[in-house]
Amino acid sequence: MATSKVIERKPLTFAEKTFLPQIATGLKTTFGNMLKKPITLQYPEERPVIPDNYRGVPTLVKDPNGREKCVSCQLCEFVCPPKAIRITPGEIDPEAEPDRAHVEKAPQEFEINMLRCIYCGFCEEVCPEEAIYLQDVFSLSGYSREEMINKKDKLYELGGTLPDQHFKWDKKKAAELEGNPEH
Amino acid sequence: MSANGTSEMITINLDGNEVEVPKGANAIEAAKLHGKEIPHYCYHPKLSIAGNCRMCLIEMGMPMRDRGTGEAILDEKGVQKIGWGPKPVIGCATNVAPGMHLRTNSETVKEARNGVTEFLLINHPLDCPICDQAGECRLQEFSADHGRGYSRFIEDKNVKPKRTVLGPRVTLDDERCILCSRCVRFSQEVAKDDVLGFVDRGTYSTLTCYPGKELANNYSLNTVDICPVGALTSSDFRFKMRVWFLKRTNSICTESSVGANTTVWSREGKIYRITPRRNDAVNDTWMTDSGRDCFKPYESEDRLTQYTVDGVHQSPEVAAQAAAKLLAAGSVAVVASAHSTVEEQFIVQGIVKETGASVSLVKHEGDGDGILLSEDRSPNLRGALLNGLIAELPGADLSSLSAQVDSGAVKTLLVLHEDLTQLGLSEAQLKTVQIIYLGAFANAVSQVAQVVIPSLSVFEKAGSFVNQNFRLQKFAPAVPGPRGLVAELGVLAMMEAKLREDSLQVLTIEQVWSRMGEGEGAFAGLAWQKIPDEGLKLEAGSLAQLDFVESKNLKYDPATPEAAEALPA
Repeated sequence: MATSKVIERKPLTFAEKTFLPQIATGLKTTFGNMLKKPITLQYPEERPVIPDNYRGVPTLVKDPNGREKCVSCQLCEFVCPPKAIRITPGEIDPEAEPDRAHVEKAPQEFEINMLRCIYCGFCEEVCPEEAIYLQDVFSLSGYSREEMINKKDKLYELGGTLPDQHFKWDKKKAAELEGNPEH
Repeated sequence: MSANGTSEMITINLDGNEVEVPKGANAIEAAKLHGKEIPHYCYHPKLSIAGNCRMCLIEMGMPMRDRGTGEAILDEKGVQKIGWGPKPVIGCATNVAPGMHLRTNSETVKEARNGVTEFLLINHPLDCPICDQAGECRLQEFSADHGRGYSRFIEDKNVKPKRTVLGPRVTLDDERCILCSRCVRFSQEVAKDDVLGFVDRGTYSTLTCYPGKELANNYSLNTVDICPVGALTSSDFRFKMRVWFLKRTNSICTESSVGANTTVWSREGKIYRITPRRNDAVNDTWMTDSGRDCFKPYESEDRLTQYTVDGVHQSPEVAAQAAAKLLAAGSVAVVASAHSTVEEQFIVQGIVKETGASVSLVKHEGDGDGILLSEDRSPNLRGALLNGLIAELPGADLSSLSAQVDSGAVKTLLVLHEDLTQLGLSEAQLKTVQIIYLGAFANAVSQVAQVVIPSLSVFEKAGSFVNQNFRLQKFAPAVPGPRGLVAELGVLAMMEAKLREDSLQVLTIEQVWSRMGEGEGAFAGLAWQKIPDEGLKLEAGSLAQLDFVESKNLKYDPATPEAAEALPA
């Protein structure tokens, strides 16, 4: 059975009865904040600074030559926990794009369903070609579900170019043309 | 090897344990029997031993004997000494002998595998993201298991042609090739079309076709299957889908009466490829290229997708009732099919008994190739014989049925799969009778039929076929059929139940089999669950005396049909 215990209250002192010390403490906080730099942002007009490792909307990037880096290995599709990524792989037509024919494979279609994406960054982590990056875009909206599925064009538009210096496929092409110098 | 017909067992010492293995087996197979994997690339159980990949190196030793007297040499404890070989030997070419000692996991062996893997990877490109073999690549797996994890090779890798077209269905990526020669041996030994070979030496070695020839035989895609790396790729499957997304379903090839065991690879209701499944009694590990395309016709536009009665779309139940009503009127003839499953034929036989119909069945024949394509191009002719639908081998056309239609003796036709206009009946004749058509595709018969029942393909339903050796083999559904369609077995069973004035119910395949098991004949005592994955040999009885059209092929010999499966490959 629950028991109750009576606690005796001490009577208030004279200073406490006037409330003045408490009011002074409260006003100190108020005036202190008035003089500080505000920490809130006027959001749509003002934008926060996004740190480099921020995980925003996943995007596809191109290499410094402006060629798409993705070779549609579908590892991101495999690793994606909410199954937001959908890739249709395809072969690069050697006649239509002779300068890229040695890459052999590229996505015909690449869809990321932003209604499913949980911004976990696994796709970026798993990509062997460093083609997919979660960049600084954090707010997106649309009027329909279809609009929220980012297609390949949109992904490249959001992604831009990654100024890395690997030139992996250029080296491959050079080797294909010139052969191994040891031979 | 246990496949050579001997079952004599001998005792060897495998990693310190005394184990029983079949006499004559090689070390890889012997170790596999006891759950130990010896990694290998060039060895294939159905091809000759080449021994050129050096991946299966193991340590081997024999009990020591005095050369002069032949007496056992004992150590100080009185146990016979083991004379270990100074260097490792290849497991694929080491046949076990009584008392042999093998070490499959010692430090020497691990070091040997590590070294072999490093050499194989020296010139192997880092193509895994674009390579179709990734996920089922032996080199990828064994590099992870036995490799060092990083490369010490700082020189430039070798450059070879990346997209050589070897034939109409096979594309070669030469950089990936590890020169195991499985494809070369397959072409020589199984396909009997010796077009592949290596030219040049050392790191220049290149797989190539004989000048002026191409790898165009009907077994060329088997080279893609047995390639342990991504060097030989199927031009059809190339860059279509990664293998780890694909669901595997056991199926049976419907191309001919060989009934090759297959695996259907599908994702989300779409079939991407068909590969052979090992069954030493039927197809070893091979299948035809043409059989791999069997799923493509079912993606076509002229597929039937609606149950119709007098041209009006109906539910399967209404279609079955309308069909049963037509059949109940009498004067029925059934055009059965050797493309139906055993279960469907059983139900059709039930309909035949109820209606007293006459049954005709048409043969489908083509040229055989003596390997895995037989002359009989229907998968289940022997099923029709065992079910009693027909008592003798079928003819090529339906002239007798044509006469019956003309004389008015037949007023209703139940047609399964066949296009009667191709078999001697005119469209004018078809208009004089009531037709119930069951088939997958629209044709001249479906256009005039009163009741049309769309059927599912072998990839969309469960069932079983009886192959050329009277082997009962079952298959499972890999993908769903077109929306709204149920397996025709259910519709046929509803028709039969209506004819018997039984309550209308959809039978499952297990229920059909329980009825078949109760009956007499070849299926007595069998049940759906009792059919093993590798098939079940049935008693052919007097049917074995029939003069079947098949000539000698890989697993069939008309001279000794009973013993044919035991033929050496």
